[in-house]
Amino acid sequence: MADSIRDPPAENTDFQELEDGEDLLLESAAARESEPASLPAVDISTKTNGPKQDSLFDEDTEDLFAEATEEVSLDSPERDVLLSEGPSPAITPITPPISVITPRIGHAHDDMFTHSSFDEIEEEEGGDSFDIHISVSDPEKVGDGMNAYMAYKVTTKTSMSLFRQKDFSVKRRFSDFLGLHSKLASKYLHIGYIVPPAPEKSIVGMTKVKVGKEDQSSNEFVEKRRSALERYLMRTVKHPILLKDPDVLQFLESSELPRAVNTQALSSAGILRMVNKAADAVNKMTIKMNESDAWFEEKQQHFENLDAQLRKLHASVESLVCHRKELSVNTAQFAKSAAMLGNSEDHTALSRALSQLAEVEEKIDQLHQDQANADFYLFSELLGDYVRLITAVKGVFDQRMKTWQKWQDSQMLLQKKREAEAKLQFANKPDKLQQTKDEIKEEIEELEGKVQQGERDFEQISKTIRKEVSRFERERVKDFKMIIVKYLESLVQTQQQLIKYWEAFLPEAKAIS
Amino acid sequence: MMEEVKGASSFLSVQVHNIKVTEVLQDGDSLTFIIVSQKMSGTGEFHVDRTYEDFEWLQQHLFSQEDVPGIQGVIFPPLPARLQVNASSKTLRHLGFLGLGEWQPYCKALETFLRQVAAHSILSKNRAVEIFLTSSDPPGRQKVKKNIFNRLSQAVEEMRKEGHKDVDDFFQTKRDHNFLLTGYTKMAAEKFLDVVLTEQKIAVACGHFSTALHLCMEQGENPEKQDFSQVCVKLSEVFNSIKKSMTSTAMNDMNTLGLGLDLETRYQEAEKEMLFRRTCKLVELQNATKNAEKAKPVKKAVMEEAKKATETEFRQICEVAKKEIIQLESKHVETLQQALVQWCEKQLLTAKESAEVYSQHLQTFKRMQ
Repeated sequence: MADSIRDPPAENTDFQELEDGEDLLLESAAARESEPASLPAVDISTKTNGPKQDSLFDEDTEDLFAEATEEVSLDSPERDVLLSEGPSPAITPITPPISVITPRIGHAHDDMFTHSSFDEIEEEEGGDSFDIHISVSDPEKVGDGMNAYMAYKVTTKTSMSLFRQKDFSVKRRFSDFLGLHSKLASKYLHIGYIVPPAPEKSIVGMTKVKVGKEDQSSNEFVEKRRSALERYLMRTVKHPILLKDPDVLQFLESSELPRAVNTQALSSAGILRMVNKAADAVNKMTIKMNESDAWFEEKQQHFENLDAQLRKLHASVESLVCHRKELSVNTAQFAKSAAMLGNSEDHTALSRALSQLAEVEEKIDQLHQDQANADFYLFSELLGDYVRLITAVKGVFDQRMKTWQKWQDSQMLLQKKREAEAKLQFANKPDKLQQTKDEIKEEIEELEGKVQQGERDFEQISKTIRKEVSRFERERVKDFKMIIVKYLESLVQTQQQLIKYWEAFLPEAKAIS
Repeated sequence: MMEEVKGASSFLSVQVHNIKVTEVLQDGDSLTFIIVSQKMSGTGEFHVDRTYEDFEWLQQHLFSQEDVPGIQGVIFPPLPARLQVNASSKTLRHLGFLGLGEWQPYCKALETFLRQVAAHSILSKNRAVEIFLTSSDPPGRQKVKKNIFNRLSQAVEEMRKEGHKDVDDFFQTKRDHNFLLTGYTKMAAEKFLDVVLTEQKIAVACGHFSTALHLCMEQGENPEKQDFSQVCVKLSEVFNSIKKSMTSTAMNDMNTLGLGLDLETRYQEAEKEMLFRRTCKLVELQNATKNAEKAKPVKKAVMEEAKKATETEFRQICEVAKKEIIQLESKHVETLQQALVQWCEKQLLTAKESAEVYSQHLQTFKRMQ
């Protein structure tokens, strides 16, 4: 990780150090009244933010915010007025017609673009309360051989006006989920939103399923994946911004979805992605950012620590799950041996008791399996999810560094041009002079614009990250608490079952003689 | 046992039913067991210290009672194998349940051995038992002369006698049944041991998880950090409870059904050995009979004498054996019943306690939301 040297850059005098995302809410509520909210009509058709690989690295797409430049003043304490809170809705090669998009978004759309403040969207949240539940179910194998795939039913139940219906479902395959994530990442990651990562591919797991092995391990794999997909969708829609993204809405509602082709494991796009990831990693090492904001430095360290801790916990739980499964196997074997013992026993009552013992042990075996599942699906997967989420968080911090880098680059270029301009003043070639002077003047203007934009972007992404991190921390606590409650409930239930079994067995044991 | 009267044995000056192995002292590689028994006269206790060699001494004396009629028909209470200090897990494994815990199961097994010996109508008559239990000096540790009772893991040529067809239906049935039962009991004991060992592993894993969670506490006044720290600490406590519950479950398993299955296995081996001795005597008798028939007139009288003597021995063995078998069968039912009832009661108690603890944790967490 790049070391951040804490050196306040001169340009950043107005940058507020916000301790808590909540402060923004109050601030902007006050400022809302003073500023007429008007956003030039967002031109949907040209700003394509589809699943392009290079949108992360292509500087031109930042022009999204171009129309907002004249409205923002660097001195104003309230910086987020008219920046569209998300890039314009996605256009994928085959899209539903625009007329379908507008009514669907309905009044939430108006809210997003007329009030245009992230904080206000969060307040809107309070009005149309977050009430949505997504389940992924009914895995079904479609097709044969190596072209086969699993189709999952995605059911959404909601009372939010964002959706056309209250209860609906669609069929999706794994690559659809990956496609969704890819789109969201390309739209939101570079401006600082923590996009929940999609479940991982597993070539081994899927091959077993494709080949048609109907055994326990492939069933477990499908169940594990189903559960992961469900959690992924729930995390995505819990994010107030992502929930409203047209790609998400389309994913949940649209009966037909264009196939996301560049998620194939060994496709050329996949390879391009890998190369870009590597370049990214190299880049990360060479960006030395002057960190003026202690908050960011502290948070990065915090996430490093958290990452290490969660990985340790995850390993610990995996070991526990392994032992529980072993216990289940051993209990089953003991049950069998007890049954055989009971069969060969002459004494009738003892024989019966031993057979009962075998039955009790079989039931206990089932309890062990259930407990192992609880350990796994509740804790192990939760910890795994968070390890992956933290990778996304770190990614967002990296994006901030990249944004900073871009801003600095523009600044350096501007500096160079200004120097060149100054040199020209003292040159002695009058005929070329005026033309070159004009050219340079143009370039300088353009670069000044870029520098301003760069600074704005940097401040915006910093602000967004603060909010996102705050949200992440809150969600993390909620998530863990919820899982723990579920786990404890399963523990209590297991114990109560055990009590029932022992109470039933005791009279049998006593009745032996 | 047939003639066991609680506490009374006409040949011993101690009460039988409450002989206790109270302690084990370690000195380097050797272990000394403290044995406490109550005086018959009710006026006090005997405290003696004995090593494993002393137990072997006792056992040898019991084995070598050649003058006791039918001694070979006795099902000798099985002495647990030697307990190695600092043994590798492989050598401990052969002890099964007796190798677990902090030597308590082992002491319990030694205790049971002594009680069974002291309660046995024939064996308790042997002077060695009295000396062992009451003499403050260690019993003589000289090796007693070798006898025919040494381990049944005999030479290969002996093994074929094991399958020798019997002349008596009762005994043939018993031999067949014993063969089956020994196998099944041994397997059940082994499988149960696997269960207990895995339970212990789970307890350890829970302990690790609990510790790791405790280390997740984060510094800082930030309310979210404090929230998460609290969650981690509470969850750490939950897993500590799970660990305790598992440990308890494993202990219950060990001390009741585990010990019971272990004792059963060893007793069935002992029965097998007795039946084998009888079979050997049967073979000897059949040979003697043949020899007597085939003997030339010169030798005939001698052969007849030999045959008669063997016949008497055999008959005595069969008499004792029959009694022993019947006693063992009722003891076997009693042992298993006791083991099963105790096991069930203890597990029930542990389950109830655990349910209570988990419920409390659940309430705590629900309040935290």
